[in-house]
Amino acid sequence: MTKRELPALSIVEVQDLLRRREVSPAEVLESLEERINALDDKIGAYLAHDLAAALTEAENADVNLPLGGIPIALKDLINVEGQQCTCASKILGSYRAPYTATVIEKLRAHGAIPFGRVNMDEFAMGSSTENSSMQLTRNPWDLSRVPGGSSGGPAAAVAADIAFGALGSDTGGSIRQPAALSGVVGFKPSYGRVSRFGLVAFASSLDQIGPLTKTVHDSALLMNAIAGHDRRDSTSLDAPVPDHTKNLGRDLKGIRIGLPKEYMMEGLDPAVKTAVTASVKQLEALGAEVFEVSLPHTDYAVSVYYILATAEASANLARFDGVRYGHRADNVVNLFDHYARTREEGFGAEVKRRIILGTYVLSSGYYDAYYLRAQKVRELIRRDFANVFEKVDALASPTSPTPAFKFGEKTTNPLQMYLADIFTNAANLAGICGISIPCGFAESERGKKLPIGLQLLGKALDEARILQIAHAYERSTDWHKARPEI
Amino acid sequence: MARELDVGYVAQLARLHLTPEERELFQKQLGDVLHYAEKLNEVNVEGIEPAAHGVPIFNVFREDTASDWLTSAQALSNAPRQANNLFIVTKVVE
Repeated sequence: MTKRELPALSIVEVQDLLRRREVSPAEVLESLEERINALDDKIGAYLAHDLAAALTEAENADVNLPLGGIPIALKDLINVEGQQCTCASKILGSYRAPYTATVIEKLRAHGAIPFGRVNMDEFAMGSSTENSSMQLTRNPWDLSRVPGGSSGGPAAAVAADIAFGALGSDTGGSIRQPAALSGVVGFKPSYGRVSRFGLVAFASSLDQIGPLTKTVHDSALLMNAIAGHDRRDSTSLDAPVPDHTKNLGRDLKGIRIGLPKEYMMEGLDPAVKTAVTASVKQLEALGAEVFEVSLPHTDYAVSVYYILATAEASANLARFDGVRYGHRADNVVNLFDHYARTREEGFGAEVKRRIILGTYVLSSGYYDAYYLRAQKVRELIRRDFANVFEKVDALASPTSPTPAFKFGEKTTNPLQMYLADIFTNAANLAGICGISIPCGFAESERGKKLPIGLQLLGKALDEARILQIAHAYERSTDWHKARPEI
Repeated sequence: MARELDVGYVAQLARLHLTPEERELFQKQLGDVLHYAEKLNEVNVEGIEPAAHGVPIFNVFREDTASDWLTSAQALSNAPRQANNLFIVTKVVE
């Protein structure tokens, strides 16, 4: 094994080499650094990576811990004391985190080394990472296309073998959709499964931290590290955490999978439809029983999501007032001017748009018509899932209606960008868990392969079951082994 | 309803200065989004309780005891302006 080949490995494979003392944690980090320096000019995934600090942590790494000596990249919205945490926003351009998120404490307790801050849509608002105010991140499979978003940095870094694994966050699909478009595994835990303490809040009733990895097994390992109750997050669930690897390797006999008929809609890219239909056949061949099911309120999920998520965002982002941290406008004439110009200068266009929309739906006279009504339809969407999960163990669907799109294709039309999340929004509204795994390729007009993702959704806290199904599928196919030529 | 959105007024509520160009652009773009969301009016929500979360979460209590948290130096470490261990704010009282 040369250092050059190391970054191509999965976490499980690196772990094996580390435990057999064939490589050291420092060598693993150096190999990654070398590849980042060679490739990331083309990809643009990393906003920062501090090799020296990581090497210091690596000196004490215990390779016998579950993630001992494994570097993990972080979407730039998770606080690690002493590191930047920009949320890809100018308003946090010079911020240094004074404290550490619970997920990072847990990762470190499992031996992992937080290494590198990766790009995202500003404050996780977007589906292409084009809303980053820092830099463009390109899809490793076709550099003229987006990596998806908002966790586009984590997805592109894992896809390009410049990260072994990463933590992202998923508010309406922000882990699963970029995982699908970049051809990696992305897992969104059930709401409350993972502590949000230290995650910069976008929409607090929807946000969850989760892993992006090269394989399902790697995601299960990261889930084992980060899941669990945290008294510092009152929405984290005090429920026993299973070993997320316990079902891996089991077949699918007796597993019932539902196909929501509403998800096979018009406008679905033909290549996506073909790939997802074939993967459902494959799940059947592996022993699963497949049923058509109905989620009658599917058509309303995007509307409900963009009302509730923007409402919560407008409240959460009120904290950026230029007083305690972040950018502050100069030469203000009064307090109103201080707030209004600080926020004008600090926020990008999409964040401003969502603050306006969120403020509007919460404002006097419109609260009942928009916000309250959306919360009621959210309850109906939640019930849709509760009903189907009485009949099936999981739901299968496309993750995204299309493969990766081109830069600029949707930036002038926010509604079109919002519709990129049509299959992923509902899971966050209902608080359930879900995964996207590679299930095929489309071909671009330039002859480039564009990854397609299969989404599997499971009931709340049934993570181990979803990982079992995803793993059985992955083991029987080669999609996850394909690598982009960069 | 979408026609009632007044971006300039809402921006004031949100303490967010917008350029005239942004106001005009957002007026159109958010008008489209609100128009799309009008389909929620088709749904019969009579007797449905609003859901604030996907999973039922009730009040969560803990012991009211003091514990270590940020020191004042840490809390001030990102302050745009500070003096004497305090945040300097823009004049509030005329």
